[in-house]
Amino acid sequence: MSIDPVILFFLLGIIARLVKSDLRLPEPIYEALSVYLLLALGLKGGVELARHPLTTLVPQTLAVIALGCVLPVVAYVALKRLVRLDRINAAAIAAHYGSVSVVTFAAGVAWLEARAIPFEPHLALFLAVLEVPGIVVGVLLARGAGAGGALTPMLKEVLAGKSVLLLLGGLAIGALLGPAGLKSTAPLFVDLFKGALCLFMLELGLVTGRQFAQLKNSGARLVLFAIVTPLLFGVAGAALGGLIGLSVGGAALLGTLAASASYIAAPAAMRVAVPEASPGLSLPVVLGVTFPFNVFVGLGVYHAYAVFLAR
Amino acid sequence: MEQSWHARKLLTIIAEAALERALIAEVREAGGGGYTISEVRGGGGSGERAGDWEGDRSVEFRVICDEASAGRIADRVMARYATHYSLVLYLTEVGVRRAERFP
Repeated sequence: MSIDPVILFFLLGIIARLVKSDLRLPEPIYEALSVYLLLALGLKGGVELARHPLTTLVPQTLAVIALGCVLPVVAYVALKRLVRLDRINAAAIAAHYGSVSVVTFAAGVAWLEARAIPFEPHLALFLAVLEVPGIVVGVLLARGAGAGGALTPMLKEVLAGKSVLLLLGGLAIGALLGPAGLKSTAPLFVDLFKGALCLFMLELGLVTGRQFAQLKNSGARLVLFAIVTPLLFGVAGAALGGLIGLSVGGAALLGTLAASASYIAAPAAMRVAVPEASPGLSLPVVLGVTFPFNVFVGLGVYHAYAVFLAR
Repeated sequence: MEQSWHARKLLTIIAEAALERALIAEVREAGGGGYTISEVRGGGGSGERAGDWEGDRSVEFRVICDEASAGRIADRVMARYATHYSLVLYLTEVGVRRAERFP
C-alpha cells in the first residue's frame, strides 16, 4: 500500500514546528488555499448532485442533520459525566465535536482517491449541512432556554461564513454547469486539488504541532475523550451511511465527517456566543489529538468498518 | 491651507479577531467616528498568538477621537469583553490635520 502524500506533508509540518523552524505559510496563501479547497469540494459534489433525485437526497440530508444534532448531545454527556468538565466547557467542546472539519473531509477524499475507492462526491453537501447543527446544539446546551439572544447573530455569522457559502455556492455552480461545463475549470479545481491539499496540510501540521505543547494542561481524561469520540462517532457515521444507501466509500466518508471535529467554525462561534468557555481547553485536543488521529488512524478505521458492514 | 496640528487622542485596542465586529459596533455607538484595523501577532502571559490560522488571529484597532469619546469606548469595551477576552488598551496623544474629521 502506498503512503499518502497528504500525510507526509502533514508530518513535515508537525516536524517543522517541533524543531522550531521558521517555516510559515503566509496568511493570504492559507486563506486562498482554504477558499480553493471549499470551492473544489463543492464543484465536484455539485456535478454529482445534479444526477441524484430529490427523493433520495432529502431523506438522506434529514438523516445526516439528525446525526449532527445527536452527536453533540452524546459528546456533552460524556464530557460532563466522564471527563467531569463544567457545563459551559462541556457544551463548547461538544459543539466542536458535533460540527465538522473541512480538511479532515478533504483528507478522507484524498485517502479514498489514492486507493481508487469510489464514493459519492455529493457528500460535500453533507459537509456543508453538518457544520451548523453541532454549533447550535452546543450553544443551546451552554445557554439553556435563554439561548435565543446569543443564537441569532451567531447563526447569521456561521451561515454567511465562507465555508457554508463556498460549499453551497460551489455545489450550486457545479450542479448548474454539469460535467461538460466543469471541464473548462477542471485544470484548476480538479487536477490541482491534491497538490493544494498537501500545501494546506503542511500548514495544518504547523498549527497542530503548536498545540502539542498545550496538551499538558488538558488532562488524561480529555485526551482520551479526543481519541475515543472520533472512533465511536466515526463508526456511527459509517453505520448511518450504510443505512441511507451510500456506497462503502461514501459510508466511510460520512464516518469521517462524523468523527471530525471543527477547528474553524465552532471555535469562532463559541468565542462569540459562549465567551466564558476556554479555547485553551478545546483547541489543543481538537487540533492536537483528534485531527491527527483521524488523519493517521481514523480514515482507515472508518473505511474498514464500512467494508465490514457491507459484507 | 491649514498649517497647524490639532490635539486628539489615539485609542489603540489589541484584541482577538473574533471581537472585530463587536469593536466596530462599540466605536460607532460611542461616537468614535472612524477606525483603522490591522492584523497583528504577538505573545503574552497566556501564550503566543501567531495568527497563522482563523482561530489565532489578533487585530489592532485604532481610533482617533477626543478624550471623552475614547473614554466612552474604553469603558464599554472593558465592561463587556475584559472578563473573557484577551485585550490590550492604551491611549496616546496625537496631532491631526483636518480636525473636522474627528470628534
